[in-house]
Amino acid sequence: MRFSEAWLREWVNPPIETRDLIDQLSMAGLEVDAVAPAAPYFEGVKIGWVTEVMPHPDASRLKVCTVDLGQDEPLQIICGAANVAAGMKVPVATVGACLPGNLRIKRAKLRGVESLGMICSTAELGLTESAEGIWALPGDAPIGEDLRGWLNLDDPCITLDLTPDRGDCLSIAGIAREVGAINRTPLTPVAIPPVAPSHDERLPVELLAPTACPRYVCRVIRGIDPRATTPLWMRERLRRCGVRPISPVVDVTNYVMLELGQPLHAFDLHALRGGIQVRLAKPDEQLRLLNGEQITLHPDTLVIADTQRPIALAGIMGGLNTAVGPETRDVLLESAFFTPLAISGRARRYGLHTDSSHRFERGVDPELQVRAIERATRLVLEIVGGEPGPLCEAISADQLPRPATLELYPERIERVLGVGIPAQTVEEILSWLEMEVERSEQGWRVTPPSARFDLIHDVDLIADLGRIYGYDRIPITQLNLALAPQLPGETDFDPNRARWCLVERGFQETITYSFVNPELQALIEPGIEPLKLANPISTELSVMRTSLWAGLLPAAAYNRARQMERIRIFETGLRFRPGTGGLSQTPGIAGLAMGPCLPEQWGQDKRRLDFFDLKSDVEALLTQTGSLEMFRFVPAEHPALHPGQCARIERFGQPIGWIGMLHPLLAGRLDLPDDVFVFELDLTPLTPGLIPRYRQISRYPGIRRDLAILVDQEVRYEAVEACIRAAAEGLLRELILFDVYVGPNIPQNHKSLALGLILQSNEQTLTDEQVDETLAVVLNRLAGQLGARLRD
Amino acid sequence: MSEQGMLGIQGIQSAALSAIAQAEDLAALDQVRVRYLGKNGELTALLKQLGKLPPAERPAAGQEINQAKESIQQAIDQRKAALEEERLVRRLAAERIDVTLPGRGQVPGGLHPVTRVLLRIERLFIQSGFRVVEGPEVEDVYHNFEALNIPEHHPARAMHDTFYFDAKHLLRTHTSPVQIRVLETQSPPLKIIAPGRVYRCDSDLTHTPMFHQVEGLVVADQVSFADLKGVLYDFLTQFFERDLKLRFRPSYFPFTEPSAEVDIQCVICDGSGCRVCKQTGWLEVLGCGMVYPEVFRAVGLDPKRHLGYAFGMGVERLAMLRYGIDDLRLNFENDLRFLRQFR
Repeated sequence: MRFSEAWLREWVNPPIETRDLIDQLSMAGLEVDAVAPAAPYFEGVKIGWVTEVMPHPDASRLKVCTVDLGQDEPLQIICGAANVAAGMKVPVATVGACLPGNLRIKRAKLRGVESLGMICSTAELGLTESAEGIWALPGDAPIGEDLRGWLNLDDPCITLDLTPDRGDCLSIAGIAREVGAINRTPLTPVAIPPVAPSHDERLPVELLAPTACPRYVCRVIRGIDPRATTPLWMRERLRRCGVRPISPVVDVTNYVMLELGQPLHAFDLHALRGGIQVRLAKPDEQLRLLNGEQITLHPDTLVIADTQRPIALAGIMGGLNTAVGPETRDVLLESAFFTPLAISGRARRYGLHTDSSHRFERGVDPELQVRAIERATRLVLEIVGGEPGPLCEAISADQLPRPATLELYPERIERVLGVGIPAQTVEEILSWLEMEVERSEQGWRVTPPSARFDLIHDVDLIADLGRIYGYDRIPITQLNLALAPQLPGETDFDPNRARWCLVERGFQETITYSFVNPELQALIEPGIEPLKLANPISTELSVMRTSLWAGLLPAAAYNRARQMERIRIFETGLRFRPGTGGLSQTPGIAGLAMGPCLPEQWGQDKRRLDFFDLKSDVEALLTQTGSLEMFRFVPAEHPALHPGQCARIERFGQPIGWIGMLHPLLAGRLDLPDDVFVFELDLTPLTPGLIPRYRQISRYPGIRRDLAILVDQEVRYEAVEACIRAAAEGLLRELILFDVYVGPNIPQNHKSLALGLILQSNEQTLTDEQVDETLAVVLNRLAGQLGARLRD
Repeated sequence: MSEQGMLGIQGIQSAALSAIAQAEDLAALDQVRVRYLGKNGELTALLKQLGKLPPAERPAAGQEINQAKESIQQAIDQRKAALEEERLVRRLAAERIDVTLPGRGQVPGGLHPVTRVLLRIERLFIQSGFRVVEGPEVEDVYHNFEALNIPEHHPARAMHDTFYFDAKHLLRTHTSPVQIRVLETQSPPLKIIAPGRVYRCDSDLTHTPMFHQVEGLVVADQVSFADLKGVLYDFLTQFFERDLKLRFRPSYFPFTEPSAEVDIQCVICDGSGCRVCKQTGWLEVLGCGMVYPEVFRAVGLDPKRHLGYAFGMGVERLAMLRYGIDDLRLNFENDLRFLRQFR
């Protein structure tokens, strides 16, 4: 809502500066978004009277004008506008004037003829975006007056960013009520005496959808002057409120809407066939709107119809066929109340948003219709003349919203706000807000004005009290509400600890969009149909990720394309996986690493990262559960991963994640190098972990024996380890794999494993015999179970 | 002992002492030791000859030899200590390094600035006894709108630019539905915060289609707007680590009443007016209010018995003010040159 301060001050004029007014509005919940003068800065523009217009001797398009500025001598000014004519009153930028855009007016010669100023258009003065020709001022404009002063163009235009509950402030009258309440200043509203009809023509009105439209008021006005124009004062007010002047009748309806808050509509009486029906649209009914658009109506849409067809989208926009045009002589003025529920969302459905729908959606005062049409009638008569008929009012009184009477108690005010407000102040504030206040046994019975749709519960009144009393006068207190402490379980997996773990290991956290590219998503998990957004911002961001990789991979590609060789990133967040039991939204943590193991530095080899480097990062995360032994890395295949370098991670046999090298085909598609490694873990099954349990520390020395064994390449280390642990059970404290070798000097298809066994007993210092004996068992089992033998 | 014998001892002793003094390293010194005191050393040889002396001379000669031996041994020890000291000094000198060379190994990464801010907010509220709860991001219309007193066609719904999946499901547009989920399952009194991702179908210079909010909710028998002012004052001054002027501006949220938007004195210009605060001196940082009766009713609580306050803040906005991030889109581009600035 944009309005002119000068207009507001005609309604309420507290003794405060604009600055304070703006602060007051914002602090009362009517947020001021912008303040700008009615015209941008210019000076030196005066009202001139064109007394003579002669053709320019050397330029067919230019005219030499004689302009009277009330000085001794008239000025000669060259003008190129087609509409300049003798007898016009015009704005003249005199020599030395400054126009918007810092344009200085100088004495000039145009094609040899001197020009002592410039006759201006509204666009040149910054009042409108564009203009056709120079600005024709009204005939009573005082010659020689400063235009800025005469039109009060320094009038501040204030834009309010109103919240949707304050539909009552979408008018000068509504804002005035608030300003009056804040300043305790009485209002001086415009007087609206009823217009006496000069004929008796009525139009029958049927309310066929009385819940949606319980009140419809209209009036016939015959014989208006189609040549009349809207007076400057009204055009200016409309402009200052951001409304474009169109034609006198339409301008009047807009003016009254801005003034009182009641949207009005005018029909060309001759286009109507029979009486008015307010009803819901019938299936497949069509309507061509004022904006030229042809729409097919949805049956939940309220329309104004004559006896044959819909003629307007009720409360939203009129129809083209019944619109008031330049030939219109007889009009039907409409002033109706449509309930917010009947209008809400309807404009949006047809891609529309109008000043009218904006107001009806938020709630128009249901008691306002008669006053508004009386006001509009009077203005129409003043501007275009005509013969008014009687008011036709159709009411379905039962359906009219009636403001609820609310009980308000002083204790409740204090409980909610945390401060007591004196009873007298409460009554004053509510009365200034035009509420009816009646004392009751324990407090008050309050009836809000009919314009207020937002006062439903006592707390709504308390909020009004609070904001007029002043939020800044409510104290700052500390709530004393101690609740029993709730500590997370000691072994609950802590995602933040996991984050820090990866950060310490060189990973940078990313946050990527939860919606991802469906093509990439399909490459990662072709077996899952991801959840699709009905209205994505782009197709690249149109499905919900089922894996965090769908965000990490593009992030890696983005950085790779910016010369980043070494990338280590991770993310935590929800994955959205549709399944038979519905959608699962489970938290996960995923990482991606590529490039050199370490940042480039001196004194280190420049080894590129491989599977096992990332595996150690994953193991570090899993160690936070208290025991790595719960987990297994099982060789498996995943569509996004290299089939030979891929493991499913399991916890007690239950799959909880994946790790592997990105499939080279996928890497190629993303312009990533071949050796990109990724992992992803479900966070939920990592809880609970194990609480540490102390085991006795041996007092006796341990003995280390190293073994180098040869096994078939297909034998997994996991099996070797399990075999050794079982065989040396009781004495094996630690098993260290310190080399894995494949190549010359060992048989084909074999690998050599170098193992360090640390044996130790809690009871005694082990003897060589005991150690040898244990090792013999180990070797025996390795040979028997896995075909392993000692390397020579 | 004969003259010669006596001279022999003295001669040996002085020869030994000079050899010791000349020994240049521990190995040379050891050779001297072997030569004079070793099994076949010169003094040892003299001792062996002691038996050949007349018995009366033996004690004196023996004593003389032992004295010589002792003095030689002492000289060796001293020399050895000196040589060891010298060797250590040389070794330490040889092992000198350039301590200004950079350290080696892995370099830590960092948390995303949004996470940094989120964790800080969480810590702050946990200290005040709040519990952190989470809710689903794919929400239903009921929890995201209806239960929060935003019925279909409510103008506030149009203002939310919602991502939909179908008529009933959407991406949550705010963290407020967590209020409903908590109140559905837990009984007051309670104090919770709900951090997380939220989504709006809006993407331009100043909007990203995904961002983060932290919702707060306190419900008890007695909680007031003044308490709400208190908790937010504490939060904001602690968060920015400075005393700040706060302004509670009346506003509207369908699920709170009274409602307010909270402005802080601009932390960039201290309130004198700058580009960030659009010359107003104030920065809007969060929205808040007292829980609206319809919300209590939706979860089956008696609005006459319970009072509550709720607040919600945008995490990116706080990160912007805290770290000077002037383009919101940077947060989700994940450019490492940006991310690495937060360690």
